[in-house]
This record gives sequence, structure tokens and C-alpha cells, in this order.
Amino acid sequence: MKYAYYPGCSLRESAREFDVSVRAVMERLGAELEEIPDWTCCGASAVASLDERLALGLPARNLALAERASPGLDILAPCSACYLNLLTAQRAIRTSREARAEAGELLSAEGLSAPAKGGTVRHLLDVLINDAPPEAIRDQVVRPLTGLRVAPYYGCQILRPFRVFDDPERPSSMEPILTALGADIHPWNMGGRCCGASLMATHKETALVHVGEILRAAARTDPAAEENAGDAEDAARGADVIVTVCPMCQMNLEAYQGQALRAREGGKPVTVLYLTQLMGAAMGLAPEKTLLDKSLAVTGSFRSRLAGLKEPSAPLAQEA
Amino acid sequence: MRNEQTPFTLDTAQRELEAIREMVRPCMQCGTCTASCPNAFAMKDPPRTLWRLLLLGFEEEVLAHGPFWMCSSCYTCALRCPRGLPLTEAMAALRRLAARRFPRTAGRNAAFYETFMDNVRRYGRVQETALMTSYFLAMKNPFLPLEYAPLGLRMLGKGKLHGPSAAQKGELQPLFDKAAHKGERP
Ligand code: SF4
Ligand code: SF4
Repeated sequence: MKYAYYPGCSLRESAREFDVSVRAVMERLGAELEEIPDWTCCGASAVASLDERLALGLPARNLALAERASPGLDILAPCSACYLNLLTAQRAIRTSREARAEAGELLSAEGLSAPAKGGTVRHLLDVLINDAPPEAIRDQVVRPLTGLRVAPYYGCQILRPFRVFDDPERPSSMEPILTALGADIHPWNMGGRCCGASLMATHKETALVHVGEILRAAARTDPAAEENAGDAEDAARGADVIVTVCPMCQMNLEAYQGQALRAREGGKPVTVLYLTQLMGAAMGLAPEKTLLDKSLAVTGSFRSRLAGLKEPSAPLAQEA
Repeated sequence: MRNEQTPFTLDTAQRELEAIREMVRPCMQCGTCTASCPNAFAMKDPPRTLWRLLLLGFEEEVLAHGPFWMCSSCYTCALRCPRGLPLTEAMAALRRLAARRFPRTAGRNAAFYETFMDNVRRYGRVQETALMTSYFLAMKNPFLPLEYAPLGLRMLGKGKLHGPSAAQKGELQPLFDKAAHKGERP
């Protein structure tokens, strides 16, 4: 497994822990990442609101660089916003002659041509579930997350508008991974609910409503389990952690917890981590590969639960 | 960034508006989009109403109210619309139109996106610390930084704030020039 790697701006800034943990986990799974040389911003969630030409040109530039440096390799994007922008441009260039001509014209300034061939743009989660069988992940687990209840949060852009590797209404693609880690899955229907995205910068009060609802749903106990008598103690708590696969979702859910919970009916703080940080913890990766201390929302009870898990055995030795 | 853009004529506006109307012309007013929209509660004209107003020729009202600025591009409406209409694209097209046709009312909303793209043009890769600083300046709201200050301090504590990196500085200028230049042609 070899991929052209597009980290995107956030992974170089506030989401370093995502970048580091993605690289470490992919390495454990035997994948090789070739970072696209001189990659630049894909336009994120801002460009579509301002300029259609740049919305094509910015991602097209990175696709062209990938095609030149790593011909034929699929392009791996861990950030959902980057993934959607790159994929939208790639599909337009492949299917519309007009878009191909326009991209060619825009890129000619730098002597690049429209990326008409090249590998397919793929999101991290797509690669994790389709290129690495759950057994391959389980094989790397040295500290099973037994008893840890995880709420998988998918966000919008990997689910919609393109139906590629999951159900856009009822996503479930993270579940086999979490099960392979030994974790329990928090039953909820908020996995594909919007976090408010860039409204957090322009209309914060509206975005906070979404964040509050998601956090409260994660903290909620499972009514089905509650009826299950034997499980009384377990049912008394909600998810121990929400996992995300997008820097914008992660930021909205972790950084604005206080304000979101204060704004309405209150609620409990919840730990929020990138999926790959949690995978890294289960795989016994060194702390500098999971960077849990960079995360803004890690509760004390989560820390002690994690510490209480069975100590990592043999494979950690390789890490030293 | 705005002054580097295409000079905006009424003609272009009319053409863009017509293109948006075409996107939603087959709407049958079933209301699925409004019912599915997580932000409908914050919109003056929620999606279904918005399409109706546009098709009836009330574009001035629609552009002045700006419900499309409350759209977070979640694509739920577009996914569920029984007519399969590109509603999220229509919302984005309305934002592009409003940013140029009603710069004054669009101001507060467009400022973030414009500052963002300016940061991209300048540095090649988004430099978050510099971005937030220019955004606060563009908003001319002295209290806004206070609203984000506690977060800023926590980010600082996590080593997540720093000066802009020059690694890809200026790299995107040719592409931005090309995109702006291309629009000038009739
Ligand atoms: S869901 Fe589609 S058809 Fe129904 S009101 Fe909305 S745009 Fe019209
Ligand atoms: S894409 Fe925009 S208009 Fe459509 S449901 Fe989402 S927030 Fe509402």
C-alpha cells in the first residue's frame, strides 16, 4: 500500500496530532505515504462561497502535483474538507471537458496541465476500511480498549454529496475498526449530523446549538441497555470518547464545549479525539505518536480509564 | 481581495441569478429541504421558502435577508430532495452573488471567507494565527477577539499558535492572477 499524501493546512497547524497519528498508524499497517511536494491549500470551506474558478483551480493544482510526483498512486486525504474539494475537482475534470479546459488554463501559469489521469482521491477512513482488513488492525492491537465506549462521529463531507464508502444517512464505516480495537460502540444517530462547520466563525451562536446537541447525545445513556437489567452500571454512563476524522469537526466539538454546554441546557464535557489517536493508543504507540496532550478536550475520567487498560505488552518494545 | 476580482456588472448578476433559478426550477415545494436543514431555525427564509421567493422574482428580498449565509454546506437537503436538485450549490452560488451585489449587508458574513482566501493567496497554506488576526481586523469589532480569547490562550498553551510559515509563500499568486484575469474577459 502506497499513497500520495495530502495533509492539508489544518494538519500543519491546529491539527498536528491528526497528522502525526495518521502517519504513525499507517506505518504500523504497512502503508507508505509520499507527501505531495509543494502542496498548497485546497480552498477549504471558504472558496466555494467566493470564487468558482479558484474552487476548481486550488484543488486541481494539488492533483497535478500529485500526478507528476507520484503517478498512479491514490491520493490520501485525512481532512474531510480537503477530501471533498479534491474529489469534487477530480470528478469535474474527469467528466466535463469544460472543467478540464478551465483547469488546464488556470494551471498553465505554472506550467502544469489539467490532472486528467492519476490515482483516485480517497479519504483516510475509506483507506482504513477498504485497504486494511479489520484483522490487520486487530493484529496491531496490544492494549485492547475493553469497556471503552466510543461514539463515532463522521461529519458531513465524507458522507455527502458523494456516496463513496458509507451510507450518507446512517454511517457505520468506523464500527469494524472500533470493534477491532476492542471498544464498545455508543449507539446514537448523531454521527452524520453537521457540527456547524465554518458557522463557528461567522455565526457562532448557531454553530454552538449543533455542538451542544452532539455533545449531549454522546453523554446520553443508552435506553436499550438501561432496560437490560444486568448492565445497570454500564448503562449509567454515555460515551467515554467521541472520535472524529476531520479537523473542523474536531475543533468545533473540542474547543467550544464550555460555551456550547453553557449556551443551552448544560451537559457534561466529553473527550474528543481523532480516530487515529485512539487507534494509536490501542496499538501501544508512544505518546509522541498519539499526542493526546495536544487535544483540548480530554477529561480526567477518560485518562484514568485509558490508564486502567491492560498494560501494553511486547510490541511496544519496537517503539523505543 | 475584492478589488482584484472581476468588475461586477448587472449583466453578470442577472446571468448568475438566472443560473440559480434554473437549478431550483423543478422544485415542487414539498418542504423536505426545510425539514432536513439543521440551520433552518436560524434562517429568515428557510430553503423551501427561499426557492419559492427566487422563482417568483423576489430576489432583492432574498439577497437582502441572506438566509444562505446560515447554510453550513451539510448537503442534507440535496441528499434528500426528491427532485435531486443541487441545493447546496445553489446556496453557495447565492453567497457568491450576494458578496458582490450587496457587499454592505454581506460584509459581516463575507469577511471571514474573504480574509481566509486572502491568507491562502499570501501564504499558499492557511496560517491560522495570522488568519484570525486579520479576521478580527476585518470585522472591526473590538469585542470579537475577546470572544475567542480563552480559546486562543488554550491553543497557546498547547503550542498551537505561531507566526506564519513562509514555506509556500507567494506560490499561489500566479493561480489567483489567472483566475481573476480570466473573469475579466467578456
Ligand atoms: S426538497 Fe426539493 S422539491 Fe422539495 S421543497 Fe426542497 S427543493 Fe423543492
Ligand atoms: S446544505 Fe445548507 S441549506 Fe442544505 S440542509 Fe445543509 S445547512 Fe441547510
